[in-house]
Amino acid sequence: MSKTVLIIGGGVAGLEASGVLSKLGYTITIVEASDRIGGKLNRWANLFPTQRPAEEVLNYLKFQLDPNTSIITNTKIDDISLGKTQVSATLSNGNCIQADAVLVSTGFEFFDARKKEEYGYKIYENVITSVDLEQIFKDGKELKTSQGKTPKRIGIIHCVGSRDEKVGNTYCSKVCCVTGVKQAIEIKERIPSCEVFNFYMDLRMFDRHFEDIYKKAQVEHHVQFIRGRLSEAFENPDGSVMIKVEDTLLGKPMKMNLDLVVLMVGFVPSSSSVFLKKGLQLETGNDGFFTPADEHYKTVCSNQKGVFFAGACTGPKTIENTITEARAAALEIATYLNQN
Amino acid sequence: MLFDWFVLPFTLGLAYLLVVVSVKFYCWIKALPYSEKQKLKKAIFTTKSLISFKEIVMESLLHRKIFKVNPLLGYMHMSLAFGWLLLILLGNLESRVFNHGEMGPPYVPIFFRFFNPNPTAFAFHHQFSFIMDLVLVFVLSGVALAYYKRLNSNTLGLKRITKHIPADMLALTALWFIFPLRLLAESFTSGSLGGGSFLTANLGNVLNSFLPSEILYYPFWWAYSVSLGLFFVALPYSRYMHIPTEMLLIFLKNAGIEEQNSHSGFTEVELNACSRCGICIDTCQLSKAAGINNVQSVYQLRDIRYDTQDLNRSLNCLMCGRCDTTCPVGIDIAGIRQIKRNESAPGLAENYTYIKPQPVQHADVIYFAGCMTHLTPSIKKAMVNIFKNSDINFWFMDEQGSLCCGRPQLLAGKNQEAKILMQKNKMAIEQSQAKALVTNCPICYKMFHEEYKLDIPVYHHSQYFAGLLDNNLLELNHLNTSAVYHDPCELGRGSKVYKEPRQVLNSIVALNQPNDDGEKALCCGGSLGNVSISSEQRTLVTKQACDTLLQNQPEILVTGCPLCKKTFQKVSDTPVLDLAELVNNSLISRKQKPKPLKKLEKIDQVLNSLVPNQTADLE
Amino acid sequence: MPDFGYKIAKDRQIDYDENKRLIFSEVAAWEPSIYRCISCGTCAATCSAGQYTDYSLRKLILLVKRGEEQEVITNVSKCLLCGKCQLACPMGVNTRNLILGIQNAVKKTTYAV
Repeated sequence: MSKTVLIIGGGVAGLEASGVLSKLGYTITIVEASDRIGGKLNRWANLFPTQRPAEEVLNYLKFQLDPNTSIITNTKIDDISLGKTQVSATLSNGNCIQADAVLVSTGFEFFDARKKEEYGYKIYENVITSVDLEQIFKDGKELKTSQGKTPKRIGIIHCVGSRDEKVGNTYCSKVCCVTGVKQAIEIKERIPSCEVFNFYMDLRMFDRHFEDIYKKAQVEHHVQFIRGRLSEAFENPDGSVMIKVEDTLLGKPMKMNLDLVVLMVGFVPSSSSVFLKKGLQLETGNDGFFTPADEHYKTVCSNQKGVFFAGACTGPKTIENTITEARAAALEIATYLNQN
Repeated sequence: MLFDWFVLPFTLGLAYLLVVVSVKFYCWIKALPYSEKQKLKKAIFTTKSLISFKEIVMESLLHRKIFKVNPLLGYMHMSLAFGWLLLILLGNLESRVFNHGEMGPPYVPIFFRFFNPNPTAFAFHHQFSFIMDLVLVFVLSGVALAYYKRLNSNTLGLKRITKHIPADMLALTALWFIFPLRLLAESFTSGSLGGGSFLTANLGNVLNSFLPSEILYYPFWWAYSVSLGLFFVALPYSRYMHIPTEMLLIFLKNAGIEEQNSHSGFTEVELNACSRCGICIDTCQLSKAAGINNVQSVYQLRDIRYDTQDLNRSLNCLMCGRCDTTCPVGIDIAGIRQIKRNESAPGLAENYTYIKPQPVQHADVIYFAGCMTHLTPSIKKAMVNIFKNSDINFWFMDEQGSLCCGRPQLLAGKNQEAKILMQKNKMAIEQSQAKALVTNCPICYKMFHEEYKLDIPVYHHSQYFAGLLDNNLLELNHLNTSAVYHDPCELGRGSKVYKEPRQVLNSIVALNQPNDDGEKALCCGGSLGNVSISSEQRTLVTKQACDTLLQNQPEILVTGCPLCKKTFQKVSDTPVLDLAELVNNSLISRKQKPKPLKKLEKIDQVLNSLVPNQTADLE
Repeated sequence: MPDFGYKIAKDRQIDYDENKRLIFSEVAAWEPSIYRCISCGTCAATCSAGQYTDYSLRKLILLVKRGEEQEVITNVSKCLLCGKCQLACPMGVNTRNLILGIQNAVKKTTYAV
């Protein structure tokens, strides 16, 4: 009988690792808390930097899954503990699972923008998040203000819930910069007459093609970038939102009325990580993300034998990095299971 | 006349003490502001003096408040203070009875047993000896506890004890020796010459069995006298000055005298009345949560008393007022810290010439949100909605962002700056001809309420809602949820508003009670009062306060201050709401469901004037 | 350098070599959180005083760091001390104490001159 691997979380990392491990001959069980696999990809229309449809990546991930993989959705883990060579988990559906190795691929959650109260999310009608905007794109709906008008001016606010000790998240979420640029372009593609402003502290265009779309946004779509972090937003009687920033490059305070404000929400650790940390006795950093055995050369290993990581559970990550890491994790798991 | 050379240290020490204390008392009373002196004159021959006398017995002798903190600690203080007094009083009585009413020099009753080692002719000899020994045991038990407190303060309810200065250590050492030396002196005397009772006689016999009592008793009387004299000489310069000063303080306080804006004779009395018991160290959240152990009130008061300037220490305080409520002497600690800040006036004088007169609008009620509320827009929105729903003709004075009320400047010791802002705001308030001012910010509330001297009433929104509820201008749904209420420092201890927020909340939610509630409520850590601590230290304070509030797992954490709300939001997974939001959420729209107004009989006149539209309807 | 009898108007450049940065060393000792500032401008955006006058804490911090002390002196006394910036700062700069620290340093260094 082949050895078994329990994968916690059926998002990008979990699915990719599952595909590879199946090919290597292991028996896989994926436990997914939500009603479907694919994770956050299900909520995204197009991916940066190339704007390819998210569905393409999702289809690839599903296609390479082994048909014998046991996928348990709508299920949480109630109890998990490490034995000498095995991990045992009790699921919320009452079943018990024994596995020879476990992959933690619990990913991340979006920062709850209501915590940044001064930005007015869920208080002002025309303040939405990058996730809401992506949903509008995905549903193919027209972008309108809550009053049903086509917005003439939209502000994209970077670093919401990232690099902000006032909400307890001091880290950079890495992908919101480029997402903000991507979404600015997508707005302009839909409503060319709409003015789009990106308000940023630093723009971190670190990866291949990122700089290209930053340039494209300015040259082709005339998106404007203002270096200043939003301090607070006010709601006008007509529902538009007045924001306050400092145009730091000019050194002057600035107010601007916007028809729609889009908050680039950052990553926070999955709510399950506290529970898993306790059950599997894992280590997390001050930011709440899991700490791998070594930050350079053992990024997919945990401090526990037989427990492995892949994806955003160890910190904000792009999809391509997540997929790469999932494969690395699969290989690491295979090596581990062969040795035992 | 009864005399021996060894009585000199005691007698000279006592004389010195009496002179110094009298001079100090005289100077302090002389340094009271004129108005306060008048208060004292008026109060001195009234029942207030009787009340003071009773308080002196309860607090200075029996230490009632310390008993409340910890019974063992209370007993320690009581046995030393009350026991010593008994020793003096009974000693006097014994001496008088023995000498047939003759007073003699003051040292006679103190050293009674030296001069009358075995007064067999004295009728009540055995009774007196027994009582005196008993009282000595009582005092010695206190001394033993005091020794023990140095080793293990936890048993006496103190996690941390005060670190003392040399004068204190000298006086403390002398004090610690006094009673054991008396015990030994009396025992040796008894051992060699007889007399004494169950304690001194027995101990004397034991000691005499292996020590030469007849040689030793005399040096021990010397030692006893020296330790007394030393204690008396050190007393005015040490924390033990609190013993006489506390009594004076009680008199002054009962006469209605209080701290002013600057250092006065009363401040000196308060400073000297601090016994440095250290109860404020444990009360302080900076100590409990953030491990900051050198800024507490006991040290601040000592700094000022000995004039060792440390600006940072006076700025490193949340000004939450918790120590004021636990201080057994009842010193106005926050007031003194404020005076210190005023005097040191950190930084430079600000230049506010750029501030132009504020735009004004006529209205019945002014709503002032305050600076912090602009970072909590949900509160603003709720307030505006509630005003509209109750048909109040209101002016949102700082809708476009406003001038600060001035309290942050005041807290930083910048009085002049605060005055300028007050003047600008006051002008706008007066010009609006409003009949009341409502604010949802306790910081602003305290400022408008206490410092502005406005002709119109100032309400915290909790008070205003309570008024609207009483007058049926506000109708609320009871939400099926549980909540805990956090008293903001500036509202609770700062302005004594405890009742109204709870009254409003009780009509909306099921309130549950946290451990530290009301007067004991913890500070959220966001306080503007503290200028020095780092963001991380604040968070430690916040986390501890939050854990305390959420110990019974309420569904909502409610507060009445935008700063508290914002501070708790950082660490709390439980939703944090302001009272205004909760009221707004449970609001029954009066537009949809007009409710016939009851006949308004007992309406507070002021609240009546807040709602002219409605009173007009009634007529 | 020969004296031509006239002076050239002061160079606009920040002369980093020439500037003393006395205020900075004082302030950094008083309130080390000055090192945390990333110049995002949230403080200046939310500033109550900044609505009415040319005042930006972000700029003031940079002027202190560069040693442009004359400009620091002209700008340092406009703060309302309301603390809004402290509540808004994403980096946890202790802004109120920082401003008091700059003022104290100005007081100290200008007296020293």
